[in-house]
Amino acid sequence: MTGHTSSIAVSICGLHKHYGTVHALRGIDFEIMPGELFGLLGPNGAGKSTLINILAGLVRATRGDILIHGHHVVQDYRRTRRDVGIVPQELVYDPFFTVREVLDYQAGYFGCGPEQGPWIDELLDTLNLAAKANDNVMSLSGGMKRRLLIAQALVHRPQVLVLDEPTAGVDVEMRRVLWRFIKQLHEAGHTIVLTTHYLEEAETLCDRIAILNHGSLVALDSKQCLLDRHPWRLLCLVLEDSKTPLPDQLMPLVRERNDRRVVLRMNKHEDGIAGVLDALHQSHIKVQDFYTRDVGLEEVFLALTGSGDE
Amino acid sequence: MNNPRGMWTLFRKEMSRFMKVSVQTVLTPVVTSLLYLMVFLQVLKEHVEVYPGVVYSVFLLPGLIMMSMIQNAFANSSSSLIQSKMMGNLVFVLLAPLSSLEIYFAFVAAAILRGLLVGIGVYIAAIWFVPLHITNIGVVLVFALLGTASLGALGLLAGIWSRQFEQLAAFQNFVVLPLSFLSGVFYSIHSLPDPWAAVSRFNPFFYMIDGFRYGFLGASDVSPTLSIGVMSAFFVLLSVFCIWLLHTGYKLRD
Repeated sequence: MTGHTSSIAVSICGLHKHYGTVHALRGIDFEIMPGELFGLLGPNGAGKSTLINILAGLVRATRGDILIHGHHVVQDYRRTRRDVGIVPQELVYDPFFTVREVLDYQAGYFGCGPEQGPWIDELLDTLNLAAKANDNVMSLSGGMKRRLLIAQALVHRPQVLVLDEPTAGVDVEMRRVLWRFIKQLHEAGHTIVLTTHYLEEAETLCDRIAILNHGSLVALDSKQCLLDRHPWRLLCLVLEDSKTPLPDQLMPLVRERNDRRVVLRMNKHEDGIAGVLDALHQSHIKVQDFYTRDVGLEEVFLALTGSGDE
Repeated sequence: MNNPRGMWTLFRKEMSRFMKVSVQTVLTPVVTSLLYLMVFLQVLKEHVEVYPGVVYSVFLLPGLIMMSMIQNAFANSSSSLIQSKMMGNLVFVLLAPLSSLEIYFAFVAAAILRGLLVGIGVYIAAIWFVPLHITNIGVVLVFALLGTASLGALGLLAGIWSRQFEQLAAFQNFVVLPLSFLSGVFYSIHSLPDPWAAVSRFNPFFYMIDGFRYGFLGASDVSPTLSIGVMSAFFVLLSVFCIWLLHTGYKLRD
């Protein structure tokens, strides 16, 4: 496929990575389409950062290939690196330079000259860094450093943006600001690959999600299909008496019991709420309050990565 | 090289990095070399002429200039690389569409520049005390370039190899420093007993100093042509090894 432009933004084929005896990636295959906002999830050590680092050319794969728009990330690295912007997970910076110098140098590395000045100004404005443009990077707060990393990744106008845990360690307000910015980039046509520990983030932003566990791809689907795979609904009951034993037929459904609060996990298609309430009534158990909640990505994630009770 | 602007930018960044701390990177080595000069001139002012008609101070100064240049060229590329590795900001260079050759040229060119600035600084400061004249500016320039480029490449190798500051310090203290002090900066190898005179000929730093000194004095321990040959071979060897390591991603792209 190398040598011509493909309609697939990112293509990952049979990717393996060994670190000594550790098999960090065990044959990963998937594709990301242009304009997608793609989530890459997995617990710590699942292989997300290794995969992204191979895509970025920071780590060499043991076996397998990654193509960006049909170009191989090792054999045609000049082309692929121009197509990709990477926001690293760690807050790394060069303490010798100002914000503007950092962006000027980063643009220069990609062969961009002074014509990139207005775009750098726009990035500084959009990411609320204009007032700090001539300050040394060391003087920036953590949130500002994170935004500078995003600006650095975008300075050469890449088509594919990879954000490795972009909101890690960022306060709630800044997280919302970054989410808004990611959505803007997506609307502007960028292909975005996002890794995150915050499942709410993936649920809010991503169109399609891949879940890695122990170096293997355990799920790859649209967000809705992933949620639909698990027909569970949670029924939360608040009982009047904390010591009341529940009827035997409800015990297999109990997911958690905390004082008067009981959470039952029910199959949407098989277990009716009326049946549960009838069973409680027949056992003379009084219910003070109840509500239902559909399972979220967190429950799906826990089930797929073996951390849940399924 | 398909990304000359990228290479030029990396060179400018490396240059700017050391110029922002020029007191530490340029002025301090100049002052240190002057202190060496003062101390040695006081202690060895009665030292016999090394070459006919050449007093010891005039013999010593070219060696001191070259030693300052090569040590600072080494320090520039090695410290920049290890700092970037430790701070994690090397990632910005590794993510860019720069070839191993372009990265090599940018780092080595910045090392050459710092070495030359220090050398010029030492020369300008020292000629107030020592009447050192240049006999052959071409030879001086060739050895200055070969010496600083070689040590710039060696610094890059050391920076690639080191995972921590301690490893780099070990490389500097156990390789670069002994080789430069035992290279004939302070003496002519003709004054050494065997086997040390013969052993000195296996030290590439000796040829840097000796050839550079020839450019000033018109006299040297070995033929300047031989020194240029040895230095060129040393430089090419280091450069090929360095570019190969960058190409493989050794300790940079795991």
